[in-house]
Amino acid sequence: MVAESSPKIAIVDENPIRAAILEEGLREAGFAAVERVGEMNNLLARIYSIDPDVILIDLENPSRDVLEQMFQVSRAVRRPIAMFVDQSDAASIQASVDAGVSAYIVDGFRKERIKSIIDLCISRFNAFAKLQDELERTKTALEERKVIDRAKGILMKLKGLSEEEAYVLMRSTAMREKKKIVEIAQSIITASELLK
Amino acid sequence: MTDNRKPGSLVPLRIGFIPLVDAAALLVAVGKGFARDEGLDVTLHREVSWSNVRDKLNLGLSDAAHLLAPVAIASSLGLGHVKVPIVAAFNLGLNGNAITVSPALHAAIMGEVDGDPLNPLVTAQALSRVVAARKKTGAEPLVFGMTFPFSTHNYQLRFWMAAGGVDPDEDVRLVVLPPPYMVESLASGHVDAFCVGAPWNSVAVDLGVGHILHFVSDILARAAEKMLAVRQPWADKNPTVLASLIRAHDRAAEFIEVPDNRAEVAAILARPEHIGVDAEVIRRTLDGRLKVSPDGKVRESGRYLLVGREGAARPDPVQAAWLYAQMVRWGQAPLSDQSLAIARGVFRPDLYDAATGKAGRPETRVADGVGAFAGPAFDPSAITQHLDSFRIRRR
Repeated sequence: MVAESSPKIAIVDENPIRAAILEEGLREAGFAAVERVGEMNNLLARIYSIDPDVILIDLENPSRDVLEQMFQVSRAVRRPIAMFVDQSDAASIQASVDAGVSAYIVDGFRKERIKSIIDLCISRFNAFAKLQDELERTKTALEERKVIDRAKGILMKLKGLSEEEAYVLMRSTAMREKKKIVEIAQSIITASELLK
Repeated sequence: MTDNRKPGSLVPLRIGFIPLVDAAALLVAVGKGFARDEGLDVTLHREVSWSNVRDKLNLGLSDAAHLLAPVAIASSLGLGHVKVPIVAAFNLGLNGNAITVSPALHAAIMGEVDGDPLNPLVTAQALSRVVAARKKTGAEPLVFGMTFPFSTHNYQLRFWMAAGGVDPDEDVRLVVLPPPYMVESLASGHVDAFCVGAPWNSVAVDLGVGHILHFVSDILARAAEKMLAVRQPWADKNPTVLASLIRAHDRAAEFIEVPDNRAEVAAILARPEHIGVDAEVIRRTLDGRLKVSPDGKVRESGRYLLVGREGAARPDPVQAAWLYAQMVRWGQAPLSDQSLAIARGVFRPDLYDAATGKAGRPETRVADGVGAFAGPAFDPSAITQHLDSFRIRRR
């Protein structure tokens, strides 16, 4: 069977970066037939034209419900979905829900072969989330740095302090008041604007 | 009391919902502090798909959920998905959906209407003639959007068109569409019509891309739409928490039905973290006063969406049996006495009565509990004979 040698995998994800990361991972793992669907209009028709063995979809995608009708055996559904991964493995569905992805197996695909695909999906989705997290943290840190620098400048000007002294004053105040240094810095900026 | 609630401390609960007006009792129970008064600290989780709501409930990632009534039954029967027994002890709403059609399909149906267009038999027969004419010219079959394979929307559309002689599987195409995509799909011509809950029908009318052809209350007088659902093992382990949750919801349902409270209710529902649409649009649904066509025509109905009145909040096993009968009629489920008993058992008026202290089945004018516009009165003890009376069916 062709499907046995190289299953066709459809990735349904409106986030092109995440979809690319997942596709790359699947290709590295030897899954050559991977197709991405990023446009949700006429989703079912697109899926039928790809005719995949496995469908991967992100959980924040409202179109997940569209796939549910592929569970129904009817004239409209050519190859029904045989199962949703959790039917065999509660731990793997928990991990995939946590990661934000779900997988459907289309009729005819051997379910033992899904495990490696799911594991890969979970790790790539988690890697993407981590990346986004780091990006968010870097952005926040950068913004905090700007606030602290502005407050430092205000203190230096108003109290005639050196840069080092201004920073030490903010840090010791933060420690005494059990607050973050950025909060103290923000209060200084707010106060100075009020007193202008 | 078998669950170990500490006196004085709040019980944390995670509850999933889809941003729709029929989540009103849940959103008001939390938003007005009724849940807190019952000792519950509810965190609401807004979800994007019914599959997510169902899976998170099944996995225990949420404790309770605003759930499509047929999904509660399908889950308990293991249809289409994993088998997880569900307890539905509070009915979040009866009715509340509408069938909206594109201006082109509206004109075509009105051109064929022979009688009162508010009569669903008249419009269904008109639709049948439209479908026949399209077949003759070789036009593509009409496409109807609905929200989920196991949804009242699916069954209401099918019941309606089949009564007029349109076979929902042969003569037209029924497709699942997420509610937020319905209006866009109607505007772009991907679908010709849809059946969905509020606020999406009103949004289509306001944008001039749709006409509301029917309130689903034209098709069935009383249809269980969304339930407050919990897992059976959770219900068994947390009986007093469940009772508190039911009481908080019942208080919210009563609050919602007081006309003077409607503005406040609409404002709570309209919040961006809840439904996130204009309060005025939500208000129309609560009042059952809807603009039905882009030219501004308004239709008013006392049965559009029933949240607490006429005993709507009390789960009615007859409704569950009717929904199960539709699953059988359309080939989603085999017919068996055992499955029927399981389906009926999902709806738990006994738990509702015990929690609220209200006495028994409410009086309604709907004799068989369903009030369908076509076919014989519904008798849950004779589903085979009932289904045999319909010509178009999959079994």
